[in-house]
Amino acid sequence: MDKSLTMPISGAAISGPAGSRLEAGPQGKRPRKVLSSRNVIVYGALGLAALYYLLPLYVMVVTSLKGMPEIRLGNIFSPPMEITFEPWVKAWAQACTGLNCDGLSRGFWNSVRITVPSVIVSIAIASVNGYALANWRFKGSEIFFTILIVGAFIPYQVMIYPIVIVLREMGLYGTLYGLILVHSIFGMPIQTLLFRNYFVSLPEELFKAARIDGAGFWQIYLRIMLPMSLPIFVVSMILQTTGIWNDFLFGVVFTRPDTYPMTVQLNNIVNSVQGVKEYNVNMAATLLTGAVPLIVYFVSGRLFVRGIAAGAVKG
Amino acid sequence: MAAHTQPGRPNQLFRNLNSKIASIPMMLTAVVIFLGGTIWTVVYSFTNSKLLPRLSFVGLEQYERLWDTPRWIVSIQNLATYGCLSLIFSLTIGFLLAALMDQKIRFENTFRTIFLYPFALSFIVTGLVWQWILNPEFGVQSVIRSLGWTSFAFDPLYNSDIVIYGILIAALWQGTGLVMCLMLAGLRGIDEDIWKAARVDGIPMWKTYLFIIIPMMRPVFVTTLVIIASGIVRIYDLVVAQTSGGPGIASDVPAKYVYDYMFFAQNLGQGFAASTMMLLAVAIIIVPWAYLEFGGRKRG
Repeated sequence: MDKSLTMPISGAAISGPAGSRLEAGPQGKRPRKVLSSRNVIVYGALGLAALYYLLPLYVMVVTSLKGMPEIRLGNIFSPPMEITFEPWVKAWAQACTGLNCDGLSRGFWNSVRITVPSVIVSIAIASVNGYALANWRFKGSEIFFTILIVGAFIPYQVMIYPIVIVLREMGLYGTLYGLILVHSIFGMPIQTLLFRNYFVSLPEELFKAARIDGAGFWQIYLRIMLPMSLPIFVVSMILQTTGIWNDFLFGVVFTRPDTYPMTVQLNNIVNSVQGVKEYNVNMAATLLTGAVPLIVYFVSGRLFVRGIAAGAVKG
Repeated sequence: MAAHTQPGRPNQLFRNLNSKIASIPMMLTAVVIFLGGTIWTVVYSFTNSKLLPRLSFVGLEQYERLWDTPRWIVSIQNLATYGCLSLIFSLTIGFLLAALMDQKIRFENTFRTIFLYPFALSFIVTGLVWQWILNPEFGVQSVIRSLGWTSFAFDPLYNSDIVIYGILIAALWQGTGLVMCLMLAGLRGIDEDIWKAARVDGIPMWKTYLFIIIPMMRPVFVTTLVIIASGIVRIYDLVVAQTSGGPGIASDVPAKYVYDYMFFAQNLGQGFAASTMMLLAVAIIIVPWAYLEFGGRKRG
């Protein structure tokens, strides 16, 4: 605010190097002391907190780059004396779960095959639902929506067994399709809420104008709503991708060992009781599993924040 | 909007037909899975199902057995300890961080990125990292001992008395970033004039926060509370990854109890009864909140 007020003055002052001396009195903001006690407290506290939050990531990276002899000698916080990428290779291609020794790569590809279709299906369903709830309400639509939102709070454990039975009847139990269906179902409440709130916030006149022009349900959705709601699609993709990638419970219940997603396989590798514990391989595997959501997070930046905030506010 | 009734139209069923067809997945999910599944589980929790669900009712027997099982009692105690501490600490730390972030600081984006990144990670990853950091042979304990304090003992994951605190540390690391973000959004929503008025009146900053800002942020606190609380009841992956419920059963939680009884012990009735108890716990949190939040006014 004050910047815009001083703008014209400083603009005039720029015209000549001597101009600034002609200005009467001090201008711009009062210079703040960099080392005021308030600043020290604020930045000190934030810095310490930041260190605490960064520490585990640092430990993961450092441990995964050390050899086992060095880990046994040194402490976990010291940087590696000799950097080795062998643990990473081993975690990716050779780590064992049970009898399979082909590493985390199998889990990675399973997770990709689970996450990509789940994200697409769940967003497609949820966006249409949100659109119907926002613009084409019918008798009872709000009741279904309320059940859906309340359902988001029900512990998954309550609904798991009935779903197992339903999937078994459909012949999908233990397959990737079954898990994709489950992810689409449980992603629905929060995604529908997200899309409904977004579509409600769009100007109603657009919708009305399109109706007068004779456009129907799908036409308005495809030609007016979709092109206008790209940001919310991105936000919802970010939410779903990290959420589904990070899932463990559904993975462990609804898949078999050869279709385990990455998180389940990671847990089996690290927490297996047989063999010598190779902490560096474990940490490399952990980092590999965390890499996808971390990359999504760092790339998406503010959109991720917007997503969780939108998911958190009440509808 | 488009749904006001027109007496001229005969068949209500076909009004808005496309919208109804498009909502079929949502209706099915809501009614069959969420409502139906929940009722199914609750009904079968009154039966003596073992390996397969069977409809032979035994009344409250499963619940009596559940509350006589030491493992369940441990799970509930763990959940209570973890839940209370997790609520208190995540709200306090989250709010403090948000208040610090709200001091018109530089590098705000950097700090937020740092505080929030653990939230992007899964509980499995979180649990495994903290399992390593808290490893008594190599982790924090050994590092501090090697600095000279040789009697230092901090091995929560191997000490059944304090194992739940080890899990709490990891959970706080993962979740406080989210609380901070929600709180910061709440703080940003407060009118700048409130601050100016407080400053004019000469109220110290901490008092302004405590007696003016926090009461004004009540809705934010309530929403955050509900989000954290419903997450607490569900805690499962973190325990599995960090301790597998051990040592022994010391860090067991209800969600793990349910899973083990349903899929390993093949005692479905127990699993259903335990999951119904979880549902009850959530209902105790959600129902008053939903009533306060949505009961009074009409939505739309």
